[in-house]
Amino acid sequence: MISSRRNQIIAQVFLFAMAVLWMLPILGMIISSFRPYAETSTDPNGFFSWPDTLTLDNFRNAWARGNMPRHWFVTFLVVIPAVILVLFFSSMVAFAVSRYSWKFNIALLMLFTAGNLLPPQSIIQPLFQIYNRIPLPEFAPYSNSGELRGSLIGLILIHVAFQSGFCTFVLSNYMKTLPKELNEAAMVDGASLWRQYWQIVMPLTRPALGALATLEFAWIYNDYFWAVVLVQKGNDLPITSSLRNLSGEFFTDDNLVAAGSLIVVIPTILIYLALRRQFISGLSVGASKG
Amino acid sequence: MTSLQHPSDAASSSDATVSEADPSSPRKGRRRYSLLTGNDRRVLQAMVGVPTFLHVSLIWVPAICTFLLSFTNWNGFRFDNMEFVGLRNYKQLFTVFEKDLYEALLNNAWVLIFLFVIATPLGILVAYILDKNLRGTAVYQSVFYFPVVLSLAVVGFIWKSVIYSPRQGVLNVLLNRTEEGNQISWLGDSDQVITLVSDYGLSKNFLAIIAPMIWRHVGYIMVLYLAGLKAVDPSLREAAAIDGSNEWQSFKNVVFPSLKPVNIVILVITVIEALRVFDIIDVLNNPIGTDVLSILVTESILGESSNVGRGSAYGVMLLMLCFGFVVWYLRSTFREDDA
Repeated sequence: MISSRRNQIIAQVFLFAMAVLWMLPILGMIISSFRPYAETSTDPNGFFSWPDTLTLDNFRNAWARGNMPRHWFVTFLVVIPAVILVLFFSSMVAFAVSRYSWKFNIALLMLFTAGNLLPPQSIIQPLFQIYNRIPLPEFAPYSNSGELRGSLIGLILIHVAFQSGFCTFVLSNYMKTLPKELNEAAMVDGASLWRQYWQIVMPLTRPALGALATLEFAWIYNDYFWAVVLVQKGNDLPITSSLRNLSGEFFTDDNLVAAGSLIVVIPTILIYLALRRQFISGLSVGASKG
Repeated sequence: MTSLQHPSDAASSSDATVSEADPSSPRKGRRRYSLLTGNDRRVLQAMVGVPTFLHVSLIWVPAICTFLLSFTNWNGFRFDNMEFVGLRNYKQLFTVFEKDLYEALLNNAWVLIFLFVIATPLGILVAYILDKNLRGTAVYQSVFYFPVVLSLAVVGFIWKSVIYSPRQGVLNVLLNRTEEGNQISWLGDSDQVITLVSDYGLSKNFLAIIAPMIWRHVGYIMVLYLAGLKAVDPSLREAAAIDGSNEWQSFKNVVFPSLKPVNIVILVITVIEALRVFDIIDVLNNPIGTDVLSILVTESILGESSNVGRGSAYGVMLLMLCFGFVVWYLRSTFREDDA
């Protein structure tokens, strides 16, 4: 419906120019991560220059110096349970709110939605003190200080608490679209409330759950703030913060940092390429409700 | 995917059929809680209770405590040396720490302004063009959306090493300023680009931090707007075209007003994004001139001295700033809602 041929050409040129600009940081990261710093830093054209040597050394060094296997392990130890718990918890609340009418429906939904909109930093002072004072039993894995602070369990809990706001909102919107007759038929057949949730509503909610799982994976994987404040201890920090180990105080090998960044973003890239549709629908589903 | 994007439409239509078919059924076809049997009722209570307990105790209790603690001088160690000091922390923020506070507030405002004036219109424009299904739409969409899936922390590292590196970064290469002594230090220069009043303005290094935020925000807005545009009734636009409106007029008078819900979401998301900014600044070692509110709140936890009272007072300012927008968002979202 573009009105004229001229406009169409302008639009194409504009988009193309902008796309090139937008890809520059990513392309730069990829190119420089394969080249030695000694070569790119001495050439006036930086990493635009024609490469003499291509090497995997940057990846090797980043992998070792960033202690990445360990950080990756810890990250997945947090992300996987957190995503599962978020979806489990929010789907239960969403089920109750969307299928049963009682007094506090709207209030509850508003509470969850608003909770997710607060800047995390605005609650961090008290939260940090609370985390300092909740003891963990000795058998709890990955608890460094014996308190919730510093433990991976604490980190998982705050992700679940915070993210359940958004997910409850999205899932309750989705569940409202499912026909009510389903539950009625199930009830006539004598299915318990739990069975109605687990065997009837949840399977039908799968598309929304899939979209949210993708989105939440990326968000929790990408977390930096909660981990830096609530875990603090170097070895148990998630992968994003391990990149800090790659910068020296006076000298930073930029190609090493680029290689490290590339390693860190690979899981997100893979998931994004494989599940782009879920990503985008997950984001827009939260927004288009209005 | 279409049904996923517009649950509200489907919800209202199915509600209508249910209540028409059976006028005696409870409101909107949902069952009343009181009709449940004892066992089901306990299950339902647990299903709502456990997640709500977690959410309230880790989000809302701290939010209220932030308020309460901001009136004390607590240092975070023992409870018995906590004293009520009234508004002293706030008075100090506006006198002793005046410079920190105003710089932070101003920087938060800069983020908001740049996201609003540059990133948001760009995102809307890209969405509007892509909605016309030009050649390569899918590719463009992926390119612009890609930064959104990266964390702002990693984005900070990428821009630092690729764009801003003094010896080989894109900017210095293009400006031919890569030799020793001649380099521009993009993240290390706290001189002001814009000066408002004496010491307050926009520092160069903060502008360098805002740029990647714009880079990331455009794709976010684009995706939200594309979803909205798909829902605009095409006959509206055709009518506008027949009436002889040009592209800009039909966008301004027809498309933009009909996307009010998306516009509100974008506004709220942008404001909250601007208040939340933390990761990228912390990752770039928080150079001089780049403080924002969230950094000030966190400083007394990560730093040496612990001052819970003052930190909480900064936290309250953050809460107050986003409060109005959150309420507005909730009202616009739940107004005609039957939840």
